[in-house]
Amino acid sequence: MSEVKVIEIKKSIFNANEIDADNLRKELKKKKIFLLNLMSSPGAGKTTTLIKLINNLKADYRIAVMEADIDSDVDAIKILEGTGVKAIQLHTGGMCHLDAEMTKQGLDNLNLDIDLVILENVGNLVCPAEFDTGACKNMMILSVPEGDDKPLKYPLMFQVCDIVAINKIDCMELFDFSLERVEKYIKQRNEKATIYPICAKDGRGISELADKIRQEIKEWRE
Amino acid sequence: MHELGIVFSIIKQVDGVAREHNAASVKEVTLEIGEVSGVVPKYLSDCWKWAVDNRSEFMKGCELRIIPIMAKTYCESCEKTYETVKFGKICPYCKSEKTYLLTGNETYIKDIKVT
Repeated sequence: MSEVKVIEIKKSIFNANEIDADNLRKELKKKKIFLLNLMSSPGAGKTTTLIKLINNLKADYRIAVMEADIDSDVDAIKILEGTGVKAIQLHTGGMCHLDAEMTKQGLDNLNLDIDLVILENVGNLVCPAEFDTGACKNMMILSVPEGDDKPLKYPLMFQVCDIVAINKIDCMELFDFSLERVEKYIKQRNEKATIYPICAKDGRGISELADKIRQEIKEWRE
Repeated sequence: MHELGIVFSIIKQVDGVAREHNAASVKEVTLEIGEVSGVVPKYLSDCWKWAVDNRSEFMKGCELRIIPIMAKTYCESCEKTYETVKFGKICPYCKSEKTYLLTGNETYIKDIKVT
């Protein structure tokens, strides 16, 4: 029998993905494409918010959307019908998140004559936070019915997000949701996160959020 | 089940290292997993066997060994260290929020045994 040899590795188990993600970011920077990774729980209002955001931004940028779901193409159809913007559907094949390699494959399927790509990640507050997709910025939507204590329960998600939108603020009273409290909890996890209270249904806060994205795109291109 | 994605990521790296070293096979992989890293050792072990037998060139039958690392938090205000899992983000001694994690977030491939 051949001799057993020990090889020291001492690298993060996410290392392979992190290298892919950094390479993807470099490529995007070179092509001046801004990739926004959008995350939330199922039902927080990702698709509705996206439609409102895209309609605000589409005069200024060429936009494409990548929808990641375990199955189905309902979201891609909704985006196309609601905005006229092309959406491609990525199926993760049962996996609970997208990684950088899957994201790159999705991007390769898009016409790269584009300024802004929004990746609608799988609805889940745990796994998508652990896998860097190669996006330029991470944004998450927390909806009021989920409760203002979510930053305490899913700390990593709030740590990795640059932008946090608090959606469905029209029903704060019903759910005993405190903006002050949620902001405090988010800042405990991530001092740098910027927080935007919105209501995707009636459009409140959408233009402020869209302006934030404009600013991020501008900085990315510089 | 993000553990399956993690296992694929480990396999990709370990296969790469095995190839670099001209190894014939990988017998064992040792990981260091922190208590609050969000990676659940039991779930990793559950999908490990299937994944190494089906998705790897060098790792058929490879054993997984996990060294757990306890989570400890340091308080900047009173300079004490405490158990993260028991007390969380707020210091149990002085109630300060100015705390940070010392250990417990590790997700490392420590080493591998090859032939």
